[in-house]
This record gives sequence, structure tokens and C-alpha cells, in this order.
Amino acid sequence: MGVDRRKFLKLAGITALGTAAAPAAKVLAKEDLDFTVSEKLLHFFAKPEGFLPGEALTATRWAMVVNVRSLDHEIAEACREACHKVHNVPHIENPKHEIKWIWEEEYHNALPNQEHEFVDEKIKDLPFLVLCNHCYEPPCVRVCPTRATFKRETDGIVIMDMHRCIGCRFCMAACPFGARSFNWVDPRKYLPEDEQNMEYPTRMPGVVEKCNFCAERLAEGQIPRCVEVAQELSKEKGREPALVFGDLDDPDSEVRNLLRSRYSLRRKPALGTNPNVYYIV
Amino acid sequence: MLEKALVGGRKYWIWMISLLVIMGVGFIMWLWQLSEGLGITGMSRDVSWGVYIANFTFLVGVAAAAVMVVTPYYIHHYKVFGRITILAEFLGVAAVTMCLLFILADLGNPVRALNVILHPTPNSILFWDMIVLNGYLFLNIFIGWNVLTAERKGMAPPKWIKPFIYLSIPWAISIHTVTAFLYAGLPGRHFWLTAIMAARFLASAFAAGPALLIIFCLIVRKTTRFDPGEKPIRTLAGIVTYAMCLNVFFFLLEVFTGFYSNIPGHMHTIQYLFAGLHGHNALVPWMWTATFFAAASLIMLLVPATRRKDDTLVVACIFVFIATWIDKGVGLVLGGFVPNPLHHITEYTATVPEILITLAIWATGFFIMSALYKVAITVKEDQQQA
Repeated sequence: MGVDRRKFLKLAGITALGTAAAPAAKVLAKEDLDFTVSEKLLHFFAKPEGFLPGEALTATRWAMVVNVRSLDHEIAEACREACHKVHNVPHIENPKHEIKWIWEEEYHNALPNQEHEFVDEKIKDLPFLVLCNHCYEPPCVRVCPTRATFKRETDGIVIMDMHRCIGCRFCMAACPFGARSFNWVDPRKYLPEDEQNMEYPTRMPGVVEKCNFCAERLAEGQIPRCVEVAQELSKEKGREPALVFGDLDDPDSEVRNLLRSRYSLRRKPALGTNPNVYYIV
Repeated sequence: MLEKALVGGRKYWIWMISLLVIMGVGFIMWLWQLSEGLGITGMSRDVSWGVYIANFTFLVGVAAAAVMVVTPYYIHHYKVFGRITILAEFLGVAAVTMCLLFILADLGNPVRALNVILHPTPNSILFWDMIVLNGYLFLNIFIGWNVLTAERKGMAPPKWIKPFIYLSIPWAISIHTVTAFLYAGLPGRHFWLTAIMAARFLASAFAAGPALLIIFCLIVRKTTRFDPGEKPIRTLAGIVTYAMCLNVFFFLLEVFTGFYSNIPGHMHTIQYLFAGLHGHNALVPWMWTATFFAAASLIMLLVPATRRKDDTLVVACIFVFIATWIDKGVGLVLGGFVPNPLHHITEYTATVPEILITLAIWATGFFIMSALYKVAITVKEDQQQA
């Protein structure tokens, strides 16, 4: 089944491009995969309807811009909560065992070695939302011994196959951004069934997980949940959007416009991982 | 030939059964870990490898003992090592088996371990580590067993075994190198990101492995009728001395680069290990203990009078063992995770079940080694009589 899933994920990516391959993939998905991949697994990535060409959001290099000056603790917290809710990320009190996909950090933690003692106090106070950078050269993918984590060729999203991960945690040692969490305990114990999102799977103990840029939502034509929430709240507060999502390969995309017009930073650029998450401070 | 491991005196059986008891306790703890998850250990989101990987890393080094005996014997025809090559090879077998067990204990999903073979991924160093460790295990069992069988029959080892022996030499180097690469190739972990890592691993391995071998040779001499001889022990003591000097030297090179360059990332972990960082200092006593034992062992090894006397040599070897175990296990593996990539500090303390599982794996190693040594020594005793 692992192979089928992988084919499936790749197909999903190709199809999401909305190219001529889409109808073929659709046929495959319907005729070949429907009976080999359980309904639950399909939900892991996308519903079959996600294959309909034109419906999915597509890009060749997804990226996010975090406009930190539009953020406040309320928006940051709302983003975290919405993301964790939709992805069945449990809330575990013990910080040693916690699972985080997106969360708040202080300036000097998010962008270490950038700080100096004379930085504006306001900046020190801003909530820096951090998440997986979906690096162009991801070290986690390089070290994974089973390719359980891989970069999707179609759109650059660094994604996990939870059914292949052996739980060696090499990726956690390799990630320079602390973006990965390991299920030290059974996450389902912390997720009452009535609070679960049935559209997305829960995890078993012993696998690593992280932000997936809402690949499952993109396939259904929705922007990432955190971006959606941040944009709603920014609008309410009359601010520029705090999170912007788009295609770096599209010169007219909103992310490219922002990166052209504003000065932006990336986390630990010297390490050469080439993050796809940018910060405007 | 293995049946020789089933014949032994009372002391032998008490030893073996004690080991089995420790293994049993650890196995039960492991079953508990399987059902509860790795949350029963002290590991965390920030310190995501603990005492399992620490011991794994250390024991890859111990497996080196073999190459420091095999190379002089087979390449340089240093005949005195002929008496102990089998002990070195069987120590290698036990050490590598422990390594594999420690990896297995550390996996979140051990039932999926075969995914490493089912989905081979050459860009992962862990994939290559799996290959070199299993290969080394095979080579040592294969060579040791064949040479010992020949010895029992009073014959020279078969000629076709030679290529395997020669192969085992670079292979031994490879297990240390590849294991060092697990750490040395990771961006963003300053303490590990150092080109001298593999060299440090080799130096500490060639100190710790032969030091253990000396201890075992002296135990064998005391408890059996087989005497490994005076000369091999003296030569091994020289090897341990050189290797320990290099090991300490290499570490001081790291300290120089970190502190003279004054780059914060290069200093943080060393500061954390030896002085504590922002009030976190759980590993400081460990590191100073290691420093003390390293210094004491170096003095005892460098002074000819203490190196040449078995009583003091054993003490020096035990000191080397403690110092290298703390340095490589505790300091290198745990230290590498502090501070975390976001410059937060989370400390690690092993839990009781974690320690019991660790002890059980050590007991398994000793069990395998004792059985293999029993076989080898019985063969050698028979030869001596004949």
C-alpha cells in the first residue's frame, strides 16, 4: 500500500498542476487507487474531488511571507489554534512532548544572530510566527533513510508519509529550524473524538510530523488555514495581511510583489537550505 | 563449536544467568516502551536523541578494537597479536550487535525498521550506516569463526579468508567514519558541524576499544588457563596511549577554533558542557568527571612505570573507558542538541526504564561476548594442552 500511496501523492501533485495529465490521473485515481487506498488514507492528502482540474490551487514553488508588523499575539495565537485544530495536532502540556506545526517565537529566537542590544523594543515584542520553511534544499529530506519525508517535485512542498516513517528522528537533528515534532506519546489520547477533524487523519505514536503547507487544502482549492485566519483578522483590524501565500515562480504573484517592494529576511540563510518562508519586519 | 559455550563452571553460569536476568528486565521495559511510545524516556522535542544513540555512537568506536589488532597482525606480520586477534574480533561482534540493538531501541516504529532496506535511500547517511554496521558484523563473525575453526583443527586458516580480512580493515575505519558523518553533515548544529569529527571518532575509538580489550585480556588471564601473553598487552597499552593523546588533542582543537574565532555558535555547546549556559548546567559535573579521568589516564599511560604494570594499567584503561564514554556519549550526542535551533535550552535526564533498557543491551553484548570468548578460549586451552 505504501507504494500506491506514494504514487497517489505524486499523482495528486501532478494533477494539481492542472496539466494534460490530469484526466489520466483522474482515471487512475478512480479506477486504480480507490480500491487500494482506504477512504481514510485518501483523506490524508485529498478527497477524490480534489482531482477535478482547475479546482485545486497550483504552483511550482509555494512560499509564504510573514509580515510580522501586522501580527499581534491574538492573530498569531489564532493561526496556531486554527492550524492545530484542522490538522488534529494535540495539545500536550508537557513541553518535552509537545507537537507544534506553527507557533510564536521572539525575534531573537526566530532570527538568531540578527539581534543586537539596540533593536527597537517593539520588534523584540512582535510575535514571530515560525513553521516549516519548506526549504528548497531541505536537509531533513537529505537525511531521511526511507524517503518518508520528501520534497514534492511539482510544487516544492516538503511533505511527510506518516505510514513510512520509522521514527529515527534523524530529520529532527537535521532541521536547523526546530520545525519538526515527534509523537513521543499517543497523540490520540489528547484528542477527544468529538474535537477531531474527521477530514484529516490522526497520527500514531513514534512518527515525526510538521507543517505541510496545507497540501490537503490546496488540493481542494483552499489556501492554508493559518493564512486564511491571519488574513481575516488582519482585515478586521485594518492592517495589511499578516500572512501571504503564493507562487514564487509567478512574477506577478502577491508574494513576489511583496518581496520586490519590501525588504525581507529568511531564517538562517547562511546554511544554504534556501527557505521558502520570508519575513518582513 | 558453539557447544563449547554450554560447558562451564559455576561462576560462568552465575555470570551468564545474571546477564539473562538483566536482559529480561530490560526486555519487559522495552515492551512497555513499544506500547507507550518513547515518551517513557527522557528524550524530548529539543533533545531528540538520548542515551540510546549515545551508547550506539560510543560502541561503534569499541568495535574498533579489532582493527588495531588485525592490522598489525595481518599487514605487518606482528605475530604476538596472533593470540588475541580472535578476542578483538569477537569484541567487535558484541559491540556491533549492541549498536544495532541501540538503534532498534531508539526507533519510534521498530516494526518498520526494514523500510530502510525496502526503500533504500543512498542520500541518507543512516542508510550507509546500516550497510557498514551489518557488513562489519558479518565480516567479524565470518572471519573469527573460520580462523578459530582452523585453529581448533591445528591448521592454518584457509587462504580464501585473506581477502575478507584485508577488507575488514578499511571496513572498520568506515563504520567510524560513517557514524561520524551522521553528525558532521548536519547544518545548524554547530557542535557537530566539524570536519574533524570522523578523526575524533577514530581517535577515541582506538583509545576506548583497545583499553577494553586490555581489561578483557587480563580478566581472561586471571580466570582461564589461556594466557594472552605479556607482549600483546604492552603493545595495546602503547596504542591506547597514542590514541588517547590524539583524542584529547583533537578535542582541544575544537576548543581553540570555537573560542579564538569567538563565533557564538561555535562556543555555546562547549560553554554549556563545561560551565553551563543561562543557568542550565546538568552536564557540567559529567564533563569535569570526564576531564579528570582523561587527564588521570593520560598521566598513568604516559609514565612508563604505571603503563608497564598491569595493576595500574587496568586502572588507566578503566579511566580511558569512562572518559571516552562521557565525552562521546553524554557530551557529544546530548551536547549537540543544546542550545536548540531556536536558542532555547531543554535539558535531558535519562529515565529509569530507559536506563534499564540500556543496561539490558549492554548485558546482551556481554552475554554474546562471554559466549564467544568461552568458545575461543576453550579452543585455545585445548590447543595449549595438545
